[in-house]
Amino acid sequence: MTSITRRTVLTGGAVLATVGVEPLAATPGAAPSTRDTVPVDCLVNGKPRHLTLDVRVTVLDALRDHLHLTGTKKGCDQGQCGACTVHIDGVRVLSCLTLAVAAQGKHIETIEGLAGADGKLHPMQQAFIDQDGFQCGYCTPGQIMSAVACVREGHANTDADIQEYMSGNLCRCAAYPKILAAIKQARDQMSAT
Amino acid sequence: MRPFAFERAGDPARASRLGLGTGQGQTDAAVQFLAGGTTLIDLMKLDVLRPRRVVDIGLLRPRYDAIQVGPNGLHLGALATMSKAADHPLVAQEFPAIAQSLQLAASAQLRNMATLGGNVLQRTRCPYFRDPSWTACNKRNPGSGCAAIRGFNRNHAVLGIDDSCIAQYPGDLATALIALDAQVELHGPQGARHIPFSSLHVPANGLPHIENTLRSGEIITAFHVPSGDWNRRSLYLKIRDRSSYEFAVAAAAVALDLEGDKVRHVRIGLGGVAYRPWRSIDAEQALIGKTLTETAAEAAATAALKGATTHGHNDYKPELARRTLVRALLQAQALPLGAQA
Repeated sequence: MTSITRRTVLTGGAVLATVGVEPLAATPGAAPSTRDTVPVDCLVNGKPRHLTLDVRVTVLDALRDHLHLTGTKKGCDQGQCGACTVHIDGVRVLSCLTLAVAAQGKHIETIEGLAGADGKLHPMQQAFIDQDGFQCGYCTPGQIMSAVACVREGHANTDADIQEYMSGNLCRCAAYPKILAAIKQARDQMSAT
Repeated sequence: MRPFAFERAGDPARASRLGLGTGQGQTDAAVQFLAGGTTLIDLMKLDVLRPRRVVDIGLLRPRYDAIQVGPNGLHLGALATMSKAADHPLVAQEFPAIAQSLQLAASAQLRNMATLGGNVLQRTRCPYFRDPSWTACNKRNPGSGCAAIRGFNRNHAVLGIDDSCIAQYPGDLATALIALDAQVELHGPQGARHIPFSSLHVPANGLPHIENTLRSGEIITAFHVPSGDWNRRSLYLKIRDRSSYEFAVAAAAVALDLEGDKVRHVRIGLGGVAYRPWRSIDAEQALIGKTLTETAAEAAATAALKGATTHGHNDYKPELARRTLVRALLQAQALPLGAQA
């Protein structure tokens, strides 16, 4: 991060907050206490990451506040809206209901990891732009992560299937018809590659 | 969320040992097992569940996630995800009510996370249970009363309730499992045992904070659904306020073994209307040996809802549940089944 952007300013506080946190459970074999921090090692978008976290931290908060990957959005934080959808070991899940410690050793893929190394957008990202699949955009990262999985699962063959298997991603702007169109566009491109 | 100690159990013995202190549904139980987390983490964030220790049993998944269909019936490993069971082609073919109850539950993401064992133990969606700012909730705060009885109770139970609690059991899979007479396999500090699914959840009995018959440190390892000629002609009909990703306002799991139009065997479970997973033996008895007509189905449905008690906003439920059961029975009768295996 070489230039100052809205995002670097907004996340700057979190950088300072993570400095100097050390695990408290240094005694081997001792029962964990409720104030322990725990080490968590996982792959995030292909990159090995080591974190030391309060056990209460969810994957969502670890991504946003500790790794500064703010593409994954916090909507309801209760597993009801789908804005926080990420892939863990290739499966779409809700990061707000997943403890980071329970993701130990797993591969987490977020919206930031979807584009190619050369910056070329994933067909689903491009399709959301082409089809105007959003208004405010807040649910969009979750919609796109869910949609990519929906196609890979083979649950995007019909409009009815897409509507059913995307029902865990709410869009309060009600861009649903455009989201459906985007998924159909990307589905055909994803299967062609 | 309150602080807690986090432990991982890599084998069943360790799970049992670390799990000593799990309750029978009490919200203040000292220990909670973590599998998919979709109920536990949610209710810990809301400060409804307040464990001092959380024991992650995710490492036990390879041991307890098999799904098998054989001559004795269906084996569902309790740590299999809902999506794994919902997408299993043999489950859909041989036990359609089970597969449909899972396909129509929650969302794709939640089904990818939640395990079958955790799903049947999910907690009521009663808003007074989920919000600790309400003092009166006998399920959360024993002896404090029930805010729902005179409160907003549109989706509260009408069967199996008492003056202490009118919370509705919200699950779908459990309705299919109880209808199909499933067994529950358990592992705990005293080893393995199994119980009928119908004795897993307990009636309110004035003590609704006690929800199940699990022993301290015990986990569900599997469900077994016995074979039977009724399983293939089964379905799960779910009625809800929106067409997807919503809890039932009424639901029925039915299974039929017909000789022509005459009922040889029938299994009936009701969802969205009862305090706990609900099988209606009365409705089954009303149908056995009869020709399945709309009139016979209506008589069975009337028997199923006998004794229903409503509290104002949910006055609509008994009639909706009756019509749901009638439709489910007639739809099951009309299922075009291929050559029986």
